[in-house]
Amino acid sequence: MNTIKQEMRKKRVEAFYQSFRSNRMGMIGAVILIFFIVISIFGPLFFPFNPLEFGEPGNVLRPPGGSHLLGTDNLGRDIFSNLLAGGRVSLMVGLLATVISMFLGTSIGVVSGFAGSKTDMILMRITDFFLVLPWLPLVLVLAAILGTSIWNIILVIGLTSWAGTARVVRSQTLSLKERPFIERIRSIGADDKTIIIRHILPNVFPLVFANTILITAVAILSETTLSFLGLGDTTRSSWGMMLHYAFQSGAASSGAYWFFLPPGICVVLVVLAFTFLGYAFDEMLNPKLKRR
Amino acid sequence: MPGDPLAMIMRNPRASAEAIEKTKELFGLGEAWYMQFLIYLQNLFQGDFGLSFIYKKDVLEVIWDKILPTVIMVGLAQIVAIIIGVLLGVIAAWKRGTKIDVISLSFSLITYSMPTFWLGIILISIFSIGLGLFPTSGMLTPGKTFLSTLDMIRDGTVHLVLPVLTLSLVLIGEYALTMRNTLLDVLTEDYMTTVRAKGFDDKYMLKKHAVPNAMLPMITIIAINLGLTIGGAIQVETIFSWPGLGRLMYEALNGRDYPLLQGIFLLITISVILANLIADITYSYLDPRVKS
Amino acid sequence: MELLQINNLKTYFEISAGTVKAVDDVSLTLNYGESLGLVGESGCGKTTTALSINNLLPDEGRIVSGEILLEGKNLVEMSDREIKKIRWNDVSMIFQGAMNALNPVMKIGDQIAETIVLHQKSSFREALKKAEELFALVDLEPKRISNYPHEFSGGMKQRAMIAMALACNPKLVIGDEPTTALDVMVQAQILNLLYRLRQELNMGLILITHDLSILGETCDKIAVMYAGKIVESGDVEDIFNRNKHPYTHKLLSSFPNIHRERIMPEAIEGIPPDLINPPPGCRFHPRCPYCIEICRSEEPAMTMESKGHYYACHLGGVHNGK
Repeated sequence: MNTIKQEMRKKRVEAFYQSFRSNRMGMIGAVILIFFIVISIFGPLFFPFNPLEFGEPGNVLRPPGGSHLLGTDNLGRDIFSNLLAGGRVSLMVGLLATVISMFLGTSIGVVSGFAGSKTDMILMRITDFFLVLPWLPLVLVLAAILGTSIWNIILVIGLTSWAGTARVVRSQTLSLKERPFIERIRSIGADDKTIIIRHILPNVFPLVFANTILITAVAILSETTLSFLGLGDTTRSSWGMMLHYAFQSGAASSGAYWFFLPPGICVVLVVLAFTFLGYAFDEMLNPKLKRR
Repeated sequence: MPGDPLAMIMRNPRASAEAIEKTKELFGLGEAWYMQFLIYLQNLFQGDFGLSFIYKKDVLEVIWDKILPTVIMVGLAQIVAIIIGVLLGVIAAWKRGTKIDVISLSFSLITYSMPTFWLGIILISIFSIGLGLFPTSGMLTPGKTFLSTLDMIRDGTVHLVLPVLTLSLVLIGEYALTMRNTLLDVLTEDYMTTVRAKGFDDKYMLKKHAVPNAMLPMITIIAINLGLTIGGAIQVETIFSWPGLGRLMYEALNGRDYPLLQGIFLLITISVILANLIADITYSYLDPRVKS
Repeated sequence: MELLQINNLKTYFEISAGTVKAVDDVSLTLNYGESLGLVGESGCGKTTTALSINNLLPDEGRIVSGEILLEGKNLVEMSDREIKKIRWNDVSMIFQGAMNALNPVMKIGDQIAETIVLHQKSSFREALKKAEELFALVDLEPKRISNYPHEFSGGMKQRAMIAMALACNPKLVIGDEPTTALDVMVQAQILNLLYRLRQELNMGLILITHDLSILGETCDKIAVMYAGKIVESGDVEDIFNRNKHPYTHKLLSSFPNIHRERIMPEAIEGIPPDLINPPPGCRFHPRCPYCIEICRSEEPAMTMESKGHYYACHLGGVHNGK
């Protein structure tokens, strides 16, 4: 009995892998992402310079060339090294914040959809509240109150982006709840907790997965924006922080393109990669979207 | 609370204990936090939004003359974005799979993955610094005397171009994508086959049948989007030093001016709720299925 | 001259899994004022045949070969512009009412009027007047042309669609499952309406359905389709009482008959055929209880049983199960 299940699972994974490889968008996204992840993990080992080390006064805002691959910033720090270090931070914040968001969104969505009636109504009101509120102002206020350490930022982003996931998970749970197999399982005596964990969650998972990837993209963008607006963790270098310093020091007006261009390009590439991946998974896992 | 507002106000280290006490009383900072909240609510209902730390004026007064610049900029950007975005989305959906569709999709995805402020910086460096076509900041050229109202309007318009361009580019990307997907859904509906069977040409089918059906969900989406637009507006105003609510929020943030922050946040939230309400009413007015 | 003559039509669909031979060499004839019932199980190609006439196929579909002669003119060779003039003006369609076949945000009267404005060069106001007359014709209250589709019941929507199909006085009306999903009483009313209109207006009618029971009252001729081919065709009497093809017989006997003896309706064994790789020889052979060796390898040709009655079977026909 078990080997049949294993066989089926293996076949499904294979089919999934195959359809992924044929999806061009997904492949591009995956390649870009893997590139950045590898760089972020191993890159810092190859820092030519200490990213936070200030350079000599004469070495400030130098264009690319020589030992500084991408030039220096307004305080003489090497941009290339900062880019590598920043990648780590930006990615980490994005991923961790998404974990919080996904956890919150899924739990609230499943509980709301499964419990129904009053619990559902209350939870949905709260979700709608978070959904409608203009996001950036909310985040700004929270960040201002809580402080700007990196963990607070992760928390704040996570706490404000779960509403969309919750909604999607709830509607999926609702439709699953009505399916006949749930009734059958109940009739053989399974209790609510088992039903949720062993039957609803696995079926909700593919949807959540695609959704999560898209949320990661948003989370990274959020961190970048927050840092840029002055709410970032000044002790760490992230792409957003680099852009913050670039703006503060008037890099745009002085034409120091090597300062504000690279971090921005990195952000765009990574966000694009996640978006492509997210769409690719959505297309593969959501039968409605399959093109004819 | 971090960034103790008290410390910020009393920048004068020689302020006497008496003066400190007086200020504390004035701003109600000495009371327990829940008392502060209650006093705040009470004042709110009396039209008293509190005093701004930075400006030392009534919050409402500070906010008041920043409203118009924001409304002009955001309003214009929205109108431009809706017109162009919807058009682009319709073309992309109708010519699905062709070059135009791919280009418009790529455009949408890229602007979606770009931090709004970064786009602004790039536009500044190309058009302001590089080509010298537009000013980099402000609403009017500082210190300039205007010969007539027309002259002033011309000056203001020149200053408007880049901020509106930045904001609308981002919005266009999103509206085009949404319109495209909505229209694609509509085109698969059965009644579109009926229209085709009647012998109408593509233009008529789109104009009289497909687009009207697709616009209905678009209205809802545009309204929901208003909250996100505010996030974009904050970034744009910051970059271009546009004297509106967004930049005011940025200032309040960096100065830890809580009353001001709360005031702006409240105003934004109310506007968003109002906008959603108007959208709901408009929708129910336009959709014959809801009218009855 | 016949109203409609379809000769060896082949319509295929190109999908990622292969080429679906939805309509594979179909020929029919319809005279003015005649009504033809096109019957078969889901996926047998009847709707595709109908859609091919007006070239309403989706992007993946195309007419590979054959001719469709409407009053002698070959529609397959027509340009896009010419076909658009034919649509609704000469050949109109009635879709399933339960479907979303009417634009939900447009008044029904407007949807009827627009066809008249397009094809008959009339003004909108005159077109609306005509719409009111059409409503009266189908027993709907003329004032209700200003209603929206969701304000009509299923049966009323079907009548409205019939009214709409008649707007430009077409020579041929094609009804694609016009009574499916309606309850039996309403079904009867609609069928009566169609019969009456056909008499009054002398228009050709093709009725597509999987429900053989409704054809007895409304049709002059019947063509039975299976797996993209016509397996038997003839007039109503021939098909109901003197059918020759095993499939036709099975189809008829799967409907309980209140007059005959009370026996269990027999289901047709097997599963519907794969149209990308149809069974070799006679396409029905895997499910045919009388299948012999030759059925597996050679496709049966159309044999004539009597005037107007044709069937395609190697066995020289089966009559009432023998």
